[in-house]
Amino acid sequence: MNEISSTAPPEEATDEPLSIKLSIARQLSDRPQIVLIAVLVALIVVTAIIEPNYLSLAGLRNSAFFAVPIGVLAAGQTILMLTAGIDLSIAMIATASAYIAANQSPNGAAIAIILGLLFGIVAGTANGIGVGIFRVNPLIMTLATSGILLGLFTGWATTIFAGSTRMHDFIITLGRGTFLDGNVPWSVVVWIGVSIFVLLLLRRTGYGRNLYALGDNPIAARLSGTRAWQVLVVAYAISGLLGAVAGLLMGGRIGAADLQLAGFLLLPSVAAAVIGGTSIFGGVGTYTGTILGALILGVLQSLLTFLGAGQAVQQVLYGTIVVGLSWMYSRLAAAS
Amino acid sequence: MTTSQQPLLSTAGIAKSYGPVIALTSVDLSVAPGEIHALLGANGAGKSTLVKILASVFDADVGSVTINGAAVNLKGPGEATEAGIATVFQDPALIPDLSLDQNLTISGLRHSDVVPWLERMQLADLDFGLLVRDIPLASLRLVDLARALAHDPQLLMLDEITAALTPEQADRVFDVMREWKSMNRSVLFISHRLGEVLRICDVATILRNGRDVAHLDLSGIDEAELVTAMLGEELARGSKAGSPDAAPSRQTLSDKDRGVVLAAKDLHFRGRINGVSFELRRGEILGVTALEGQGQNELFALLSGDHRPTSGEIEINGERLSAYSPYKAIRKGLVLVPGSRHDALLPQRSIRENLATPLYNRIGRWFSLVADESERVDGAVARLNIDTRAASQVRRLSGGNQQKVTIGRWLVSDFEVLLCFDPTRGIDIQTKAQIYELLKELARDGAAVLMYSSELREIPLVCDRVLVMYDGSIVHEQSAATATEEILLTAAHGLESAPA
Repeated sequence: MNEISSTAPPEEATDEPLSIKLSIARQLSDRPQIVLIAVLVALIVVTAIIEPNYLSLAGLRNSAFFAVPIGVLAAGQTILMLTAGIDLSIAMIATASAYIAANQSPNGAAIAIILGLLFGIVAGTANGIGVGIFRVNPLIMTLATSGILLGLFTGWATTIFAGSTRMHDFIITLGRGTFLDGNVPWSVVVWIGVSIFVLLLLRRTGYGRNLYALGDNPIAARLSGTRAWQVLVVAYAISGLLGAVAGLLMGGRIGAADLQLAGFLLLPSVAAAVIGGTSIFGGVGTYTGTILGALILGVLQSLLTFLGAGQAVQQVLYGTIVVGLSWMYSRLAAAS
Repeated sequence: MTTSQQPLLSTAGIAKSYGPVIALTSVDLSVAPGEIHALLGANGAGKSTLVKILASVFDADVGSVTINGAAVNLKGPGEATEAGIATVFQDPALIPDLSLDQNLTISGLRHSDVVPWLERMQLADLDFGLLVRDIPLASLRLVDLARALAHDPQLLMLDEITAALTPEQADRVFDVMREWKSMNRSVLFISHRLGEVLRICDVATILRNGRDVAHLDLSGIDEAELVTAMLGEELARGSKAGSPDAAPSRQTLSDKDRGVVLAAKDLHFRGRINGVSFELRRGEILGVTALEGQGQNELFALLSGDHRPTSGEIEINGERLSAYSPYKAIRKGLVLVPGSRHDALLPQRSIRENLATPLYNRIGRWFSLVADESERVDGAVARLNIDTRAASQVRRLSGGNQQKVTIGRWLVSDFEVLLCFDPTRGIDIQTKAQIYELLKELARDGAAVLMYSSELREIPLVCDRVLVMYDGSIVHEQSAATATEEILLTAAHGLESAPA
């Protein structure tokens, strides 16, 4: 037996005091929120220096208007990225849901909202069936769904949906209305509701545990009895639903449906989740981080506007952020 | 076969670890020209690691390699080939989705290089346009051999090439080995079949726990002597005396509580398992042991619901397991501690989430967290004495603590039968002892445990009864208390045990 004890593997470094570098790396990879809050505050300060008027409710409100749809879309991305998936169709689902809601607006806000959301769930479920049951790669599946929806709605825009493209007033209020003397957008309230739902889902439910388990190690999840297809179908359905919510808010803000409504939000929705520390390889991430990511993008957008940078520059920046932060987080995880 | 010649290849103090797991502690090996040299040892002794280091697939952490008297520092398999070393690895080194032709092109060989050798293997009619995935394993092993031979090596290394071959095919391999010997070149041969080792090899180096423990001249040695040499004298004596901890009396359960909980009935699986039947009773720890690749992986995969048997039945408490999935097996109380912790852990999640995951596998539990999750988790952590200082991500835990987590998850949820596949592989002695104690405790409390172990010494320490598998069947069964390592190792090699 002493043979074995002489070859016993040494205990890992956990038994020794951690080096300062390692413990900083661990802190950052375990709690990126601290850094994110610092970045957010710094961005707000910089923006305020460039444009002193920014530090007013009106200024911050503009950032919020931009951050809300990103935050809602990024909730879907976060949920799917936790399973090592992604939803490239989420912006198109948002646009399509807005079309349906606009078309149904003459029938009342309730019908318009319900049908819009229902469409999101159906489209998301289709993604989920493709990924979860037929094992289609999530990138391919959702990219295909996005293409199909774009084609269908381009055709339908002049036929089936040729009627109303104007949103119901209630949806417009949700999208661009405010309360408390015009200081707080209603869309922020919707986002808070979405946030509570997603935070509870990820942290306080058995379903959330399955999501993380599946993304971290699908084999281990399977051997623990997790049935991946069920988890995935539900995850994509939720993502579709969140896409629809964002679509209604966007449609309400513009006042009408439009094929270009939400497409430009796809990259920022991924960027918000990545900034927030959600790994595209699954198993790691929080919605708290994503919320901070969306807020950072909201402030950044205001900053860029003040600097006179256009849509093109913004997209370049979002792409750079996604690549740079993905690299940084993976380095951090490896170092810790 | 002691020669005064300069060895063709020799190593000194080769050591290699993978993270916390030590594969080789220190190996000295010397292969003379014109010698067929056997490399022997139990599972995990370090044979394949040594071969991969010699083939320069891995670098050794410490130690030196000398070829024809000159110290070498090979960088990568290409340089090893140039230095005259060609290897047939344990697993086919071919890309399944490419044709044989394409595979040959990748390895820089032409048709004409390998065809003569394939003819020698009586594979001349092999279609080179076939995808590798469609070619039978035995043929692939021979293609691998032809490929190695095409490099015209000074030293040919064969890692378990015969395991997948028919006796006739193996004979053709032996012919080539003899031819190499006659050209004053050398072969390093790894096989679990001691009969063929004695028939074909001149000398043997025996590895145990990552060290070379014996260098033998094989002329005039019989299988029993070889087995003794593999066990080592000290250990052979130890195993005869039995362990002081052996056969703990576990009579706390009354007879009626000791009903059959798991029954395997004539299980077959794709030619890898051929008619396995056994019964496991409540309160019993049933050991299974075997050399690598004798169907034990498949047996555990069947029992845990990961594969569906080709024929045969699995019964839990007299009820047939009708649908096969890990979920169904778990719901029936049949739970698995897999052999590889990579298959069991959620590396980036906390100890708590790792332990609690099985609680939430049914949809009814999706909508909230189990109210007593904390108590259950804390209970398992305390019972297993898990070190929680790095609790936020289990990948930071030591191997022993990780293994405790994989077992602990089944203490948090409920089970009837614990299937443990080599639960103490690569972990320290103290944790091993804790796991033995835990398994015994669980059995005392009425659980049934089926434990595969590749470490023969473990069997009498933990088990009540032991099954030995060979070639997909159970070839031997006995009480674990009287199971010496000789008996088990002999049975594991498919040999008749000598009458006591």
